[in-house]
Amino acid sequence: MPQAKPKPRAARTPLAKSPTGIQGLDELTGGGLPKGRVSLVCGKAGSGKSLLAMEFLVHGALRYGEPGVCMNFEETEEKLTANVASLGFDLRDLTKRKKLLIDYVLIERSQITEAGEYNLDGLFVRLAHAVKTIKAKRVVLDSVQALFAGVGDSAILRSELQRLFRWLDDNNLTAIVTGEAGIDTLTRHGLEEYIADCVIALDHRVTEQISTRRLRIVKYRGTSHGTDEYPFLIDEDGISVVPITSLALTHKALTSRISTGVPALDDSMEGKGFFRGSSVLVTGTAGTGKSSLAANFARSACARGELCLYFTFEESPSQILRNMRSVGLNLEPWVRKGLLQFSAMRPTSTGLEGHLAVIHRLITQVRPSVVVIDPITNLISASGSYDVKSMLVRLVDFLKVQHITSMFTNLTFAGDPQERTAAAVSSLMDTWIVLRDSKPNGRPRRELYVLKSRGMAHSREVRELIVSKRGLDLGAVLSDHTVATHVAGK
Amino acid sequence: MKKTTARKRPAKTSQSDFFILRLYIAGQTPNSMTAIANLKKICEDKLQGKYRIEVVDLLVKPQLAKGDQIIAIPTLVRRLPPPVKKIIGNLSKTESVIVGLDLQPALK
Repeated sequence: MPQAKPKPRAARTPLAKSPTGIQGLDELTGGGLPKGRVSLVCGKAGSGKSLLAMEFLVHGALRYGEPGVCMNFEETEEKLTANVASLGFDLRDLTKRKKLLIDYVLIERSQITEAGEYNLDGLFVRLAHAVKTIKAKRVVLDSVQALFAGVGDSAILRSELQRLFRWLDDNNLTAIVTGEAGIDTLTRHGLEEYIADCVIALDHRVTEQISTRRLRIVKYRGTSHGTDEYPFLIDEDGISVVPITSLALTHKALTSRISTGVPALDDSMEGKGFFRGSSVLVTGTAGTGKSSLAANFARSACARGELCLYFTFEESPSQILRNMRSVGLNLEPWVRKGLLQFSAMRPTSTGLEGHLAVIHRLITQVRPSVVVIDPITNLISASGSYDVKSMLVRLVDFLKVQHITSMFTNLTFAGDPQERTAAAVSSLMDTWIVLRDSKPNGRPRRELYVLKSRGMAHSREVRELIVSKRGLDLGAVLSDHTVATHVAGK
Repeated sequence: MKKTTARKRPAKTSQSDFFILRLYIAGQTPNSMTAIANLKKICEDKLQGKYRIEVVDLLVKPQLAKGDQIIAIPTLVRRLPPPVKKIIGNLSKTESVIVGLDLQPALK
């Protein structure tokens, strides 16, 4: 069964939080946005500000019983409704059920002449009326920027905005104000100066033709928060942020064991196999049986009634099923039972961070006890290799905290010292299994040895890996090919 | 509270000459009172007998703010003749009001 999620530490701070319902963001902020306060979400056009704000309202209405008002200065109710319909948000229904109220504020500068003193009481009246109508607890102002274009007197506007934010605070409304990024400032009109409690910046960068979205918590009064940039993803389920789940190496190491899927391999690891919650790296040149090993590992998990999530970056699920049948492995029953779930992605379909975000989200949704990533080589190709390590650190940490046992396969190339490609990765891994081809006396054979496996006595002998219709097995110890000579030969 | 100050409409005036002006206020604030006084004065000077003023207090009828897209208070909306025009402020800048409402007699 999937492992239970470790309980979050009890909040030490009395600061009340209002959950956004956005995966990852609530973890990052220790529970959500400051309750009854105004938060600023800023970023360039298209960085996801409006979506974040809208999700905050929709989740608030659906999950947390907090109706919300969206004062939108940019898009009409119809457009907004259509925009988020693809995410499965039915704003019309929410509006009908009085859980959401959208007020589109149109400012047509060309229509307006200024003749004397004024204030923005009209806006206050509208907002107060909307809040009262549905007893709202959440408010979104998206984006007040438009007011600067519409109201000529920016001195009035600034003091009125301050009054507005104070009004929101006084009425105990949890609010998101969005603001367009300036050139050297967080927002074009310095809105951040008025927001004391929480500022979140969104960014959207393109590196080597691959775009990555990032989120940074610029400030959050009264809460310790990471100041790093966290990758986030916008897809058919909305926003999900990939947090660093463990800022310190504090995860508990489990002592229970889990089969490798190959009995003979279990035997060489104290007869018990991997530690549960550990990470396993399988490296090898093409055709040495990496995927077969991974599939055996997956099957043994399913056979125990555990859930396995299998990420594939090379082959389609049906291709894997077909190929595995040829080595005596019928995975289909487990797929039908829902114990084996595949996720196939092209490595170049998104950036590394995007993949990480997808992996995180799926793992959080499916809650598997075993994860296979086959192969990580392709992920490395999707990015400059310097990112890879930090990404894998995050992923491995995440898996360990959840007590998920993971197997990563990595393709090495003939003649290429595998230590180089695996260098970034291997130090993170608890167990490293090396597969290779060899042709003693002209007869090709596959070989396997366990290069390392932390915390256990394991055989380091090179064994023949026998791949047949009856499945995987290990042959006799190959005394003429010891690890020592192999390492020395490099 | 929707005060309607109807003026007698001279028979001769065509529809396009007649002004319907709606002034939005939010409570009896000094700016609102000033705006009402200023508006009456300007109308008497420029539009005698050809106008009607409606004062809408949004504290009483907040739902009316949305229809005319009211943000600033006070806001004067010229509902007739078309096109719709808006003037924000207490209407103390008489010249701006006259320009904004397009009350200048056409140049002959």
